[in-house]
Amino acid sequence: MPPRCTVAALAAIWLPGLAEAAGALSPNGPVAEAQLGILLTALGLMAIVVLPVWLLAAFVVLRYRSTAGQTYRPEEDFDLKTDLVIWAVPALIVIAIGTIVWTRTHQLDPYAQVAPGDSLRIQAVALDWKWLFIYPDLGIATVNELALPAGTNAEIALTSDTVINSLIVPGLAGQIMAMAGMRTELNVVAEAPALMWGRNTQYSGEGFADQEFRVPVTSLEDFAAWAETARRARPLDRAAYCLLATEEATSEPRRYSAPEDGLFKAIMMQYMDQDRGRLCSDD
Amino acid sequence: MTDTTTDAQGVRPHAGIPLEHPDAETAHATERAVFGFWIFLMSDLVVFALLLATYAVLLRGNTGAPGPAEVIELAYAFPETLLLLTSTLTLTFASVALREDRARGVYGWTFLSLALGAGFLALEGAEIAGLIGKGHIPQVNGFLSGYWLAIGTHGLHVAIGVVWGLILIAQFWIYGFCPAIRSRLVRFSLYWHMLDVVWIAIFTVIYLPGSLVS
Amino acid sequence: MLGRLSWDASPFYGVIPAIAASVVILAAIATIVLLTVTRRWRWLWSEWLTSLDHKKIGIMYVVLAEIMLARAFIEAALMRTQQALGAGAGDVGPVGAEHFAQLFSTHGTIMIFFVLMPFMTGLINFAMPLQIGARDMTFPWMNSIALMLTIGGAGLVMASLVIGKFSTGGWTGYPNFTGAAVNPGVGPDYWIWALTLGGAGSTLSGINIVATIWKERTTGLDHLMWMPLFCWTSLCTALLMIFAFPALTVATVMLWLDRTFGFHFFTQADGGNMMQYVNLFWMWGHPEVYILILPAFGVYSEVIGTFSSKKLFGYTSLVWATMAIAVLSFTVWLHHFFTMGASANVNAVFGIATMVIAVPTGVKVYDWLLTMRHGRLRFDVPMLYAVGFIVTFVVGGVTGVLMAIPPFDYVVHNSTFLVAHFHNMVIPGSLFGMMAGATFWFPKAFGFRLDETWGRRGFWFWISGFYLAFMPLYVLGLFGMSRRMATYLHPEWQPWLIAAWAGAGLVGCGLICQAIMLYVSIRDRERLRDITGDAWDGRTLEWLAPSPPPEWNFGVRPVVTGRDEFGERKLNDEAYPVPDRTAYRDIEIPANAATAPLIGIFAFLFAFAAIWWMWWLVWISAGAIVLLVLWRSMRFSLHRQIPAETLYQADMAHRRTILAHADGDIGSGAPMRHARGTEGYLARERREREDRA
Repeated sequence: MPPRCTVAALAAIWLPGLAEAAGALSPNGPVAEAQLGILLTALGLMAIVVLPVWLLAAFVVLRYRSTAGQTYRPEEDFDLKTDLVIWAVPALIVIAIGTIVWTRTHQLDPYAQVAPGDSLRIQAVALDWKWLFIYPDLGIATVNELALPAGTNAEIALTSDTVINSLIVPGLAGQIMAMAGMRTELNVVAEAPALMWGRNTQYSGEGFADQEFRVPVTSLEDFAAWAETARRARPLDRAAYCLLATEEATSEPRRYSAPEDGLFKAIMMQYMDQDRGRLCSDD
Repeated sequence: MTDTTTDAQGVRPHAGIPLEHPDAETAHATERAVFGFWIFLMSDLVVFALLLATYAVLLRGNTGAPGPAEVIELAYAFPETLLLLTSTLTLTFASVALREDRARGVYGWTFLSLALGAGFLALEGAEIAGLIGKGHIPQVNGFLSGYWLAIGTHGLHVAIGVVWGLILIAQFWIYGFCPAIRSRLVRFSLYWHMLDVVWIAIFTVIYLPGSLVS
Repeated sequence: MLGRLSWDASPFYGVIPAIAASVVILAAIATIVLLTVTRRWRWLWSEWLTSLDHKKIGIMYVVLAEIMLARAFIEAALMRTQQALGAGAGDVGPVGAEHFAQLFSTHGTIMIFFVLMPFMTGLINFAMPLQIGARDMTFPWMNSIALMLTIGGAGLVMASLVIGKFSTGGWTGYPNFTGAAVNPGVGPDYWIWALTLGGAGSTLSGINIVATIWKERTTGLDHLMWMPLFCWTSLCTALLMIFAFPALTVATVMLWLDRTFGFHFFTQADGGNMMQYVNLFWMWGHPEVYILILPAFGVYSEVIGTFSSKKLFGYTSLVWATMAIAVLSFTVWLHHFFTMGASANVNAVFGIATMVIAVPTGVKVYDWLLTMRHGRLRFDVPMLYAVGFIVTFVVGGVTGVLMAIPPFDYVVHNSTFLVAHFHNMVIPGSLFGMMAGATFWFPKAFGFRLDETWGRRGFWFWISGFYLAFMPLYVLGLFGMSRRMATYLHPEWQPWLIAAWAGAGLVGCGLICQAIMLYVSIRDRERLRDITGDAWDGRTLEWLAPSPPPEWNFGVRPVVTGRDEFGERKLNDEAYPVPDRTAYRDIEIPANAATAPLIGIFAFLFAFAAIWWMWWLVWISAGAIVLLVLWRSMRFSLHRQIPAETLYQADMAHRRTILAHADGDIGSGAPMRHARGTEGYLARERREREDRA
């Protein structure tokens, strides 16, 4: 194959990946940006250990093949200075990365608010095989669609009304698990308007592969307008929820108005010790 | 002769092994068997540690049903403890008798230990019957599952111990004081003593807090 | 009578499952026919299945691993094919969603429990007793039982192809997905019992290995720091097996009680706690990673020392690094679920603890490279795997450290980045080590070496296939592709998955080359014959014995006076002294035991019955096992006596072979090409004989 064609073939493989769905590689928010930064910093630090390994491996393999007339010291088995170096260098690098771990884990604690100001509260409920997002302050709810206003801190509370799920929007932040009877939390900020996507990452059964949702990030005004349209949709009462939770498999976005008060808590409480009334009857 | 795949190298058995002046191969074989059994017991102890840890995690999982304070009764646990601890003492006497080659002592003390163990099982059976009578079965909630599995695994161990001990007595009777059987008695007593240690842990983690704290 | 077993359990719910089931049944029939036609049943039973010889048990473990590897690879290839074709929504591609889930569950379960575990247990069984100059494991009967339990577990996974379905819950089997409410079928129960049997076998093996290393070392090896490094890694692995496997057993038994008897350990709504399962599972699961990898580290240490014709550099550091890894492996389990939503403090502490393990691992890599420096490197197949491992494993190390940083783990957890990472650890880190070890010790086991040409081809296909299959997954993980997806809505991922599919194809070529290698080697065994017992200019005691070694290993157990005992002897021209008749004693070796395979069969039946709720069979099998143990306990002559004269004559014969070989009377002389000290010694020997003549 002529070189130009090879380059073209490689680009055909490489480019579609980068251009379309680069996920964590094209961050649209401070959390994902910081997470990408960690990747690059840690890679740089570890290069101090890894590059010498590769170079040394190439060197010894080429230099000490038994055909070459090389130095041969079969009795050489210990050298204090070398020993100290090979323990100390990895240890120092681990201390360096360990420091990053400590500070970054706290900075990027998913429970901590990312941007100052009022948070937009969102309650995410994992269902078979879709996500329900309740916006309690706006009186709306959506399925398979997590609309976010740009620049606003979104405080996403997570639980599950089915098996363990895990929510990620690769361009915004890493994932957190959603577990029945438990409440976890993920704070994100989307920087610029864009149409992004998120999904469940924890295998949850047959419909798992399609369990993706769209994440439209819009300006505050557009978001308000979007919420207004949602308020005109059908209400998410108990019957609508039960239908959604037990029967309907859909990967299409859908909007609801007026989610039942305290729905998120009620879903969680089904799996808690006390007061565990089933929301939906089994039949 | 027991397993001998190595040339024995004049190993002296540890002081706890009731063999007086054994030949080198017997000493070596016993030593190896006891060592291997020790490792097994360590592994078994990890099982109990994890059962108790899980119990502690599930302690509050009583889902509104009666909790530890209502379910757990010292009335059984106290005599159960007495029986089991005494059986450890009597089994030690059996080991002493074995070392001194007193056959009647070995039979008598081992049998007494097993009887005390059976008494423990009887009491535990009564306790469990009581639990079932009150509806405190493991299918009720996480707390009861954890409780049943912890004491049930221990009880099963004791029951296996009683059967094993009876078989050993029979083998003693049939085969006499040969080194292989002696070595088995040593391992059996290690097992029995370990069950005591585990019981003390169960008593401390399950019964004391369960009955004292609501 | 049959519990919940009915015609619904037949495998004809899909084309691929039906084919798979037919293949299993046909293979079973073919095996039976072949054994009958060649009249090999008795041979199989009395030479192999009932044997308590540690070498044969080790070989049987490796055979089991190879058979299961073939199945696990086919599953991997099916998954790669599905993903390569799976762009789109719904049912695109050849494999349906549910079947895809069975595939990734069995692939993981088989690779961990029935490929890598038996492979490494087999190598330890075969080589470690020889290396410490022992005649057998401490508990030969228990050794056989452990093997039979492992085979029983593997048999359950095979049975699930024909009767019923396997779990779809992944090799980790998290509830509540595997709970009775979500998955009431037999799948998770197959998984539970396959693991429980395999786990019981591993616990017994662990006890046996520790006892053997502790109690069977030959004279001189009370100096522990003279033990070959493979023995050290075996010891640490065995300790991990003993202390980690109880956690798995507790977790799976609790899950089974939940599923079968309605207990509530992990059912969240009834006071259970499913995250307790996750904790228990990884308390075992993380040490398990090192259980798989440490023995390979031991193999690499032996291989690199031998093929560099040099002492290991930094032996003491390597030993301490091994022990450090073993201890630390118990302290990091939480990093498998950083995304559970624990507090920043908890995650940070476990993240840092995880990284600490990178230090001793890094030390090992440097020590291996420094061993090669100033050596005389011979690139035979085992050495190729070792070098390939060093270069590749560090990539996995880097991505491992990355994933130990909690905020970055949030990004790639559950993604194909994770899939790429752990394959990057266990393929070069464990599987390559096992293949290196199998090639290294093959001549010791069978008396001839494996064909070099096909072995090299196999290696190059394997390693290039590995890179091509898994490097794209790293990239896709960063793009946000989750693991375990049969299909995907992002067509731009497809080129990467096609590349990964091609990588699987290369790995398949590697496996085919290895199969051809085996065929060619058996065909050309005379050309490849290892006459001296020292096929690679070895440095440790196993090379002192003939190939294959007699069932008693050593006529007189060797006395060790330093590290690399055999290498030193050859340097000092003392490798093959004239046997001294007075040093020989009558010995006893364990007689064959039919009880062990019978216990294995009943354990299989027990588990099968527990899966299908045939309670009568559960009780019968349990009773049978108890009776078999009792019966064994009442038999006291479990040994065969071998007279000293036999041992002496065998050693004399071996020595005569070596001398004849040195004179050029037999063999091509090729196997002696490496033997460093041997030439000098044999030349002197010849001179003396000529002088006498």
